[in-house]
Parts: sequence; C-alpha cells; structure tokens
Amino acid sequence: MLHTLPRDESIRLEDVSKTFVLHLQDGARLPAVTRLSFSVRPGECVALHGSSGAGKSSVLKMIFGNYLTDEGLILVRSGDRVVNVATAEPRDVLALRRQTIGYVSQFLRVIPRVPCLDIVAAAAREDGCEETQALARARDLLARLNLPERLWGLPPATFSGGEQQRVNIARGFAAYRPIMLLDEPTASLDAANSEAVITLIGERKAAGAAIVGVFHDPAIRNRVADRLIAVSRPERSEAA
Amino acid sequence: MSGPLLRARGLTKMFGARTGCVDVDLDLHESEVLAIVGESGSGKSTLLGLLSTQLEKTAGSLTYRRKDGVAVDLSSLSEMERRLLLRTEWGFVQQDARMGLRMNVSAGGNVGERLMAVGWRNYAAIRTESQDWLARVEIAADRMDDMPGAFSGGMRQRLQIARNMVTRPRLVFMDEPTGGLDVSVQARLLDLLRSLVAEGGLSVILVTHDLAVARLLSHRIAVMRQGRIVELGLADQVLEDPQHSYTQLLVSSVLQA
Repeated sequence: MLHTLPRDESIRLEDVSKTFVLHLQDGARLPAVTRLSFSVRPGECVALHGSSGAGKSSVLKMIFGNYLTDEGLILVRSGDRVVNVATAEPRDVLALRRQTIGYVSQFLRVIPRVPCLDIVAAAAREDGCEETQALARARDLLARLNLPERLWGLPPATFSGGEQQRVNIARGFAAYRPIMLLDEPTASLDAANSEAVITLIGERKAAGAAIVGVFHDPAIRNRVADRLIAVSRPERSEAA
Repeated sequence: MSGPLLRARGLTKMFGARTGCVDVDLDLHESEVLAIVGESGSGKSTLLGLLSTQLEKTAGSLTYRRKDGVAVDLSSLSEMERRLLLRTEWGFVQQDARMGLRMNVSAGGNVGERLMAVGWRNYAAIRTESQDWLARVEIAADRMDDMPGAFSGGMRQRLQIARNMVTRPRLVFMDEPTGGLDVSVQARLLDLLRSLVAEGGLSVILVTHDLAVARLLSHRIAVMRQGRIVELGLADQVLEDPQHSYTQLLVSSVLQA
C-alpha cells in the first residue's frame, strides 16, 4: 500500500496502539500504547512526556521497528518514499535504519573487544565516510563529549555508565540521519556533558533532522524540545 | 538483483516416522545473515542440512539463484553440479573445526587447496592469497606450515573460516561456529565474522542456540520448535518483543551476565 505524508512532515503516527501479550503469565495483556497520534516536522524536536512506565520508550522502539505495532500507522519519510514502519518487512526496516532513522538507546550494546573509537568510526563509515574521515569524525565527537583520549583505544565494556552512554551518543551522532530517536540521552551525564549533548541536538535540528526524544530532566527537555507530546496509559493520549 | 538468493517452500524432512523439520518457508536475500535458533532437538541442524543440500528433503522445494543470475532447483542438480556449486559459491563452517578441516594437511594447505579446487594453479599466487587470509583471521605467517592439530580450538575455528572464505563464497552455512569456545575466544571470532559480513556480498545462514550470538551477527532470526519455524522476524525485534509463547520462554530463560 502506498502512503503519503504532508510535505512538511517527516514522521506521522496515526492511532498507534500496542499491547504486550505475556504468554508465560497466562496470556496476560499489558497495554503499552493506546491510540497515539502525532507528527514531527524536519528541524523539530518533540519530547514524549509522561510518567514512568507510560510507554514513552515503547513509542520510540515502535518507530525504530524494534517493537511490533498492533494497530495504526507509523509513516516515515525516507528520501522520496514514505514507509509505514507498522507493516514494513524486516528488510525495509533495516534499509530505514541504514539511511533514515538513527536511534540512541539508553544502553550501549556492542560486540566485545572492539575499541570505542572503532565503534564510533564504524557508524560514520556507514554514512559513507572513507576511513580517515570516519576516524576524524569519531575523534571529534568523542572529544566534544569529553571522553578522555586515553579511553579511545579501549573497548567500552569496563567504562562507567556515563562513559558508555557518551560512546553511545557519539555513535548515534556519527552518521547524519534525517530522523533521530533519543531515549534518555542524558540520563547518566553530568551538567557539562549534558550541555554537549544539547548542542549536538541543536545542530541536528538546524540541519533539518526530525527528532523524537524522551528526556527525564525537565530543564533539558524544555531546552531541546519544541513541543511536548503527552503519553499515558492505558487511556487515550493527546498532544499537549 | 532479482528475488531471493535462496528460497525454501514447504521444506520437510522425515526420519522414518520421526519429524526432522516440517513445512518450512524461508527466503534469504543477498548480504543477509539469518540465524536459526532453538533448543537442541528443535530441528535447526536438520534445517541447515536441508538448506545446504547435505540432507535430502522428504518434500518441498529449494531454489538458489546462481552467480550467473539463473535460479536453479537444487534437487534437480546432478551430483557433479551440486559439488561444483558447493566449491565455487558456498561455504560450510562446522561447529567442530576438525570436521571442516583436513587435519593431516598444513594450515596453509587447508586454505590453498580450496583455491586449487576452483582452478588456481600458480603456486606463488596460492601461497600469497592463503597467507593473506590467514593474516585476516589473525593466524601468524610462521604458523602457516603447522598442522591444525597443533592449534588451539579458537585458532582452528579461524582457520576453518579462512578455508571457507578464501574462494569468496556468496553463501556460507554455519553450525554453532562459536560453540564450545571460551568466551574471550568467542568474542574475537564474533568480531571476525562481523567484519566479514559487513564487507557486503556475503549471505550467511547460521545455526546457534546462543541468542546473544544471533543478535550480534544476524539481521533476522528464525525460531524453531518441534521442527517448525514458530517465529521469524528482525533479530532485535524477535528478542525484545517476542510474539510466540515459545520465543518468550526462550528469551526469558537467558541468564543475564
């Protein structure tokens, strides 16, 4: 089925719902998201807002294709195409992740043994950078995020939570993606490092990226977000 | 690019009255890594055997799109054609490297003889190419003339991978490639496999019971139970939002390190 998006929108969710069915708990049904609708324009950052467990991260995961969507449409613009993530084939979701959608999760998940500079450079290479350019971009990001240079050659497994998160953010920002999903990117960062992340987000907005984020800190949320979208469960959610 | 590289429809294997695997539909595309997971006895090795034509199917169809673009029915190939395909376009990495290597031939010979099998004749070129591949799998040049029996388990596995990759296959089957190795050795091997896959052009069907390995290496995961695929989807989605009760059981049974 061919979908269309209004010209000035990068993402549009229409009546999106998701319920987890827990087969190991006698098929208990756990509603996560109920009839959520919102859209995001290029250059705009919207923050999902709601209490803990309201399904904010689930919404990001559904847009990324990491969680399946039971009902509704998740339309994203990818080049001159519009893809409905809710029904897309795995191959199409993977293509979206390569070209269109970037996702910074709360936790770093990497292959053991790979030094953090290579992890970040690999993401830049996926963006079409050749080797020296990819390494330069990786160094620049790690430096901006104040990760001590002596750590760059080490695998991040032994890093602190905050250091791992900064590697994760550097990786997420190493490639330009017109759509970015940020799940608590500053959760374990101090003020100076949070400031660096806020600057990175601002740059991506200026470059035209559409950003959906979950930010636990209201001060940070208010600085980066252009709009708040209320997410609550299980009742109907409405845009604030 | 047209259609999948490998396509199975209704693939079934019976061992007498016992079920090996039933009614499997599967498409594998170019540059795709598919992991088949499940407990022992779930039929995943049987399915790998069927897909790689090492086992004869009881029912169903299996087609492969060759390098020349022609989609061939694999069961219609003569034994000679089948062997040619195995040699030139496919690879098979066994869990036990001793099964996939020739133990009475040197490391360099194990790699070089695969090149000879696809028509290489120049000794110096064969030795250089073999050495390049041994270096890629981190086997030092001064071990080239050693017998694989003198290698550690992890090294033997890397040698088996070099032996398979040297002919630049389009499709490689792997049966628990990291099974039975120490975790540190496993990590190194995973890194190697990932870099080989990331270069593109290589498709892999990987059998593993280790969900973390499946997640790190594969694009899609097929979950098998009692000879059937009960769930098939994007790797991270199957593991984080499993739909089938059996997949939920598998995922929830993994120990968190």
